Amino acid sequence: MLSRISRIGARLLREATAETRAGHLISSQGSNRHSSPVVTPVLSLRNVLFSTATSGGQDESSQEKISVTFVNKDGSEKTISVPVGMSMLEAAHENDIELEGACEGSLACSTCHVIVMDVNYYNKLEDPTDEENDMLDLAFGLTETSRLGCQVIAKPELDGLRLALPAATRNFAVDGYVPKPH
Amino acid sequence: MVAGPRGALEMVRGLRILSRAVVKLRPLLVHGPTRGFSASAPEPLHVCVVGSGPAGFYTAEKMLKGHEGAQVDIIDRLPTPFGLVRSGVAPDHPETKIVVNQFSRVAAKDRCSFFGNVTLGRDISLSELRKTYHAVVLAYGAESDRSLDIPGEDLKGIHSAREFVWWYNGHPDMCDLSPDFRNTESAVVLGQGNVALDVARILLRCKTELATTDISDYALDALRGSTIRKVYLVGRRGPVQAACTAKELREILGLKNVRVCIKEADLVTSPADEEEMRNSRIQRRVYELLSKAARTHKDNNYEDQKELHFVFFRRPTKFIASENDSKVGAVQLEKTALKGDEVTGKQFAVGTGEFEELKCGLVLKSIGYKSLPVQGLPFDKTRGVVPNLRGRVLSCESETARVETGLYVVGWLKRGPTGIVATNLHCAEETVASILEDDKKGVLRLPSDSEKHGRPGLLEILKQKNVRFVPFSGWEKIDSKEKMAGLPRNKPREKITTWDGLLEAADL
Ligand SMILES: Cc1cc2nc3c(=O)[nH]c(=O)nc-3n(C[C@H](O)[C@H](O)[C@H](O)COP(=O)(O)OP(=O)(O)OC[C@H]3O[C@@H](n4cnc5c(N)ncnc54)[C@H](O)[C@@H]3O)c2cc1C
Ligand code: FES
Repeated sequence: MLSRISRIGARLLREATAETRAGHLISSQGSNRHSSPVVTPVLSLRNVLFSTATSGGQDESSQEKISVTFVNKDGSEKTISVPVGMSMLEAAHENDIELEGACEGSLACSTCHVIVMDVNYYNKLEDPTDEENDMLDLAFGLTETSRLGCQVIAKPELDGLRLALPAATRNFAVDGYVPKPH
Repeated sequence: MVAGPRGALEMVRGLRILSRAVVKLRPLLVHGPTRGFSASAPEPLHVCVVGSGPAGFYTAEKMLKGHEGAQVDIIDRLPTPFGLVRSGVAPDHPETKIVVNQFSRVAAKDRCSFFGNVTLGRDISLSELRKTYHAVVLAYGAESDRSLDIPGEDLKGIHSAREFVWWYNGHPDMCDLSPDFRNTESAVVLGQGNVALDVARILLRCKTELATTDISDYALDALRGSTIRKVYLVGRRGPVQAACTAKELREILGLKNVRVCIKEADLVTSPADEEEMRNSRIQRRVYELLSKAARTHKDNNYEDQKELHFVFFRRPTKFIASENDSKVGAVQLEKTALKGDEVTGKQFAVGTGEFEELKCGLVLKSIGYKSLPVQGLPFDKTRGVVPNLRGRVLSCESETARVETGLYVVGWLKRGPTGIVATNLHCAEETVASILEDDKKGVLRLPSDSEKHGRPGLLEILKQKNVRFVPFSGWEKIDSKEKMAGLPRNKPREKITTWDGLLEAADL
């Protein structure tokens, strides 16, 4: 509980500062950023802090991050680098990817639903807990490789992960997926 | 709640107030509507959202994102925003309420304003709104109940779940309900959906656990004195068709000190049941949870345990008064059997002519919410929703229906009273897409609409009618007073539960 509060606290702070930067001081630029999908990796404040903090040379700091591609609802893509240990929800938010997170990662909303686009990656994830499955039951556009973004935590094996936001997936199948009987 | 970031938050708030002040001045600086204020400013699209629940706030958010010129005013009949997130979602579900953070960020945007304490149909009419805004989006939810239409329904001790939920959540319209928990040991909840599970859980849950939630103080007091030991959840159909979700079910099955009673015979499935489960992940998982609970609770039987009974295949046919007064003493139930519907493939319950009585001193009917019409609004009385096409209000139900230009609907008023908070997000996306499409086609801002000034127009009407509204800053005052009052009791907030109290706290 305590850690959740502090997480939310940290989140508030981050958002508060982000808002002062983008929302109010340079508001016109802030809204432009949404309209044109950017494909280049965007380093967030936290990523920068993270890599300077480790300061152990290139190799080590690059080991700490993985590359993750989000496929937006309109099919456009954005590849970001995510520090190991960070959830996909947080990573998306730090990079202006439009992934909702109504309950801020407390497993109570299902709005952070993402679809793992390659079943091999899906299999590298730990199985969803009962509680995650309970929320997935209610996710919009559920597929066999659906997960909640707030529960998928970056780890080295997931480098290269591709995640689709639900609406974009209606037109394409998940790579290599073979339906298994239940 | 947060000590560290306060400085930053204060700064942001300061900036917000400043930028809002500038926006509020704008209509005064420029004569007439804001157009022409600066060469690059987009032409304003004035949108009024009626109702500040999830559907209303998601609509406002998507509207502001989707249209740079959108000016969104949200009105609500209560001095407090957030609809059922405040007055529906159970007090022991704080995580579900976190979404108000996001809604508050929307309300803080300078193209968005909140007008609490303004009731559509009383303080302002639909036609007035339509004359003032390019687009009016109705998101006022479902504030009435379906009825069973069976004898004895108005006996004392029978309440709708909506009333009961409003009562424990401190909705100012229901603070005087005072349900009686003292003169009975059994309560019957009619229905097995999530709302039914919520009310059953509130009745059964250990009071020390409830004490640290935002439950209203009078409800906590009343529940502390409760003599209710048994709660019956009655459903017309079987465990495969139970209308709840696995999340809510798992929670109630795991309550401390509550024995769950499920008849094993009820768990037997038919081929049609199997087929339903194959097609529905939710139904399959709910059924699995119920079967598992039936197995694990079978042998546990402790002295002072409370009991939760799942009563399947029964429909209420009559309420029977207790011997000496006008209070409910029992519910008559008819056994049912399932029959398949050839068209939908779904199974429905039919009576078998076999009856039994279930004694109880409290009945909570959780058989569905229902929306209310307002004057001038097409309304489908049987379904209790507004006829619409992807959120565009239609003049009637029939095929010859016209689209009511500039009038939209979203949320429970559009889809009926089902779904979770997140369902309203997709619902709002659809309605906003329709608005944006109509605006692109040019039907919302015709030359004849030049009198639609939006916010200044609304303010003028409210002033003329002497309606004092609660701005978002007024709600923030209520919010911080409630949080302060909660602190000494270790509650996230102590809700203010009367109209006078709320208006006073908002400094009105
Ligand atoms: C008891 C209960 C528990 C629930 N628990 C959960 C949960 O745990 N998790 C979850 O995801 N979902 C839950 N839900 C579902 C969720 O609350 C709804 O999906 C959602 O609130 C519907 O949103 P809405 O905006 O359409 O309506 P509402 O939330 O009802 O909002 C309607 C708003 O309109 C206002 N209004 C009404 N009439 C007028 C008028 N004439 N003029 C002006 N304003 C008016 C009301 O004051 C209210 O603020 C629960 C629902 C209920 C009933
Ligand atoms: S953010 Fe709510 S479930 Fe993930």
